[in-house]
Amino acid sequence: MNIEEIRKQFPILQQEVNGHPLVYLDSAATSQKPRSVIEAVKRYYEYDNSNVHRGVHTLGSRATEAYEGARERVARFINSPIAEQIIFTRGTTTALNLVAASYAPSVLKEGDEIVLTPMEHHSNLIPWQQAAKRSGAVLKYIPLQPDGTISLADVEKTVTNRTKIVSVMYVSNVLGVINPIKEITEIAHRNGAVMVVDGAQSTPHMRIDVQALNCDFYALSGHKMCGPTGIGALYGRKSLLEAMEPIEFGGEMIDFVDLYESTWKDIPWRFEAGTPIIAGAVGLAAAIDFLEEIGLDNIDRHEKEMAAYAYSKLSEIDGLMIYGPREGRVGLITFNLDDVHPHDVATVLDSEGIAVRAGHHCCQPLMRWLDVTATARASFYLYNTEQDVDRLAASLLRTKEFFGHAIG
Amino acid sequence: MQLDDLYRRVIMDHHKNPRNRGTMDEESVTINLNNPTCGDRISLQLQLDGNKVAEAKFSGEGCSISMSSASMMTEAIKGRTLEEAYAMAEKFSALMKGEPVEFEELEDIEALSGVNKFPARIKCATLAWNALRKGVESQSKQEG
Repeated sequence: MNIEEIRKQFPILQQEVNGHPLVYLDSAATSQKPRSVIEAVKRYYEYDNSNVHRGVHTLGSRATEAYEGARERVARFINSPIAEQIIFTRGTTTALNLVAASYAPSVLKEGDEIVLTPMEHHSNLIPWQQAAKRSGAVLKYIPLQPDGTISLADVEKTVTNRTKIVSVMYVSNVLGVINPIKEITEIAHRNGAVMVVDGAQSTPHMRIDVQALNCDFYALSGHKMCGPTGIGALYGRKSLLEAMEPIEFGGEMIDFVDLYESTWKDIPWRFEAGTPIIAGAVGLAAAIDFLEEIGLDNIDRHEKEMAAYAYSKLSEIDGLMIYGPREGRVGLITFNLDDVHPHDVATVLDSEGIAVRAGHHCCQPLMRWLDVTATARASFYLYNTEQDVDRLAASLLRTKEFFGHAIG
Repeated sequence: MQLDDLYRRVIMDHHKNPRNRGTMDEESVTINLNNPTCGDRISLQLQLDGNKVAEAKFSGEGCSISMSSASMMTEAIKGRTLEEAYAMAEKFSALMKGEPVEFEELEDIEALSGVNKFPARIKCATLAWNALRKGVESQSKQEG
C-alpha cells in the first residue's frame, strides 16, 4: 500500500491550512474524497442525470441502471446475497431511525427490552429512547469494562427472553474499540431478539460480511468511507424488511394508488419515497471501487499500524490521557491533555494546520461514563502517515507549553 | 492566524484566576445553559437589588474562552441595571460579528474581540452572555 500514491488521489489534501500543509485527522467525522468519487458524481450530472424508475427515455434508463447498479455494489461490498436487502438512506442515522420507527413498533410491547451499550452514538441511542417511550418497552445497557470494552458475560446477563432488539455499534467513534458483534448476535438470537449493528465506524475500515456476522440489520454511511455526504444504506434481512411498514410515503414507493387506499412496492423501493439520492449512490459505488482496489484488509492493517504508532507516540507526552484500550482498536485516539480544554487543544493544533475533533462526539452518556465533559480525537484513514502522527505529537507538546506558560 | 490574537494575556489571566466563580445561597436568578455542540455548560446566578445586579456568580465547565468570558462578564455587569447589562450583551454580540463597537464600558472584554477571527470559537465566547440575556428576559417577562 503506497500511501504517497494514495494521497495524490485526494485533491483536498494538497493544500496548506494556516500556513502549514494540512494534516487531516478527523476522518471519523467525515473522510476526504478521492478524485475518482468526485469525478463519478460530476460525470453522472454531466451525462446521465435523470430521474429513476419512470422515464422511458435513454437518460432515465442510464440513471436507473447507475442507481440500481450502486445498490448491487453495496450488496456485494458487505456480502448481502441479494441487492433487495439494501435500502438507500441519507446515512447511518436515517437507517437506524427507520428500524426504530418501523420495525420496533411492530414487535415491542410494554415491558419488552431494548438492549444497548453506554458507548452508543446519539444516533443509535435516541431512536431507541423514542421507540421505548412509544411502546412502553424498557432500555437496558450492557455495562462497560474499565477499559471501555464489553464482556460477553455481561451481554449474557443483560439480554433476556424479554429482549426484542439488541443494537450495538461495531466500532466506537470515541474509544476505538471493536465490539464482538458476531458473539453478541449469537446471544441476541438465542434469546429471540434481532440484532441491529451501527456500522458507521466499521464499514470504512474493515471487511464487512453481514452473513458471517449473522446480524439482522446493518447501517452504514457513505461519507465516512470516501463517498459523498447524504448517502448511506440499511441492510435488512429480507423476511424482516418484507414485514415492515414504510415510514415515508409519496412518489416512487407505491404500487397502486386510489383515493382512499394505496399499496406499496416490493422491498427495497417501498422504503425509498421520493426521488432518491441518485448522485450520492453513484458516488458511493465509486468509493467502494476505490476502497476495494486498495483492499479493505490493507486499509485495516495500515490503520492498526497507525493506531499503534500514535498510541505509543502520544503516550510519551506527559499529562496526556488516552481513552479506551491499547490493543484491539481501530485508527483513532481520543485523549485529553492536562487541564487544557479540548477546544483549546484543537484551536492550537488548527493554527498549525492539524485538524482534530473536539467535543462530546455525539456520545454524551459515554462522556459521563469517562467522567469528562469533552475530549479531543485524532482519527486516521488510509491517507494518513506516521509523519502526520509526528506532527500531531510535536504540536501537542507546543500546546502543552503554550498553556503551561499561560496558565502557569 | 495568530494564536496570540485569541489567547490574549488578559484572557489567560481570567482563565487562570476566574473572578466570581462559585455559587450563591442567597435568593437569586439562576440560568443554566449548555452549548450542545461541544458539551460546555454554564450556570449563571444573579442576585438583584431592585433593578440592579448586586452580585453575579458563575459555575460550569468549558474551555478557556468560555470560562474567561464568563469571568469578565460577571465583573462587568455588577452594579449595572438589567437594561444596561442587556445592552452590554448586545454590544458583545456585535463584537463577535466583527462590527465596530465602543469599548468604553466593556473594558477587559475588548480582549475577546480576537475571537471573531476564530469562527468555531464564537459560541464559546457567547455562552455566558446568552445566559445573561436569558436571565434578563426572564425578569422582564415576570414584570411585564
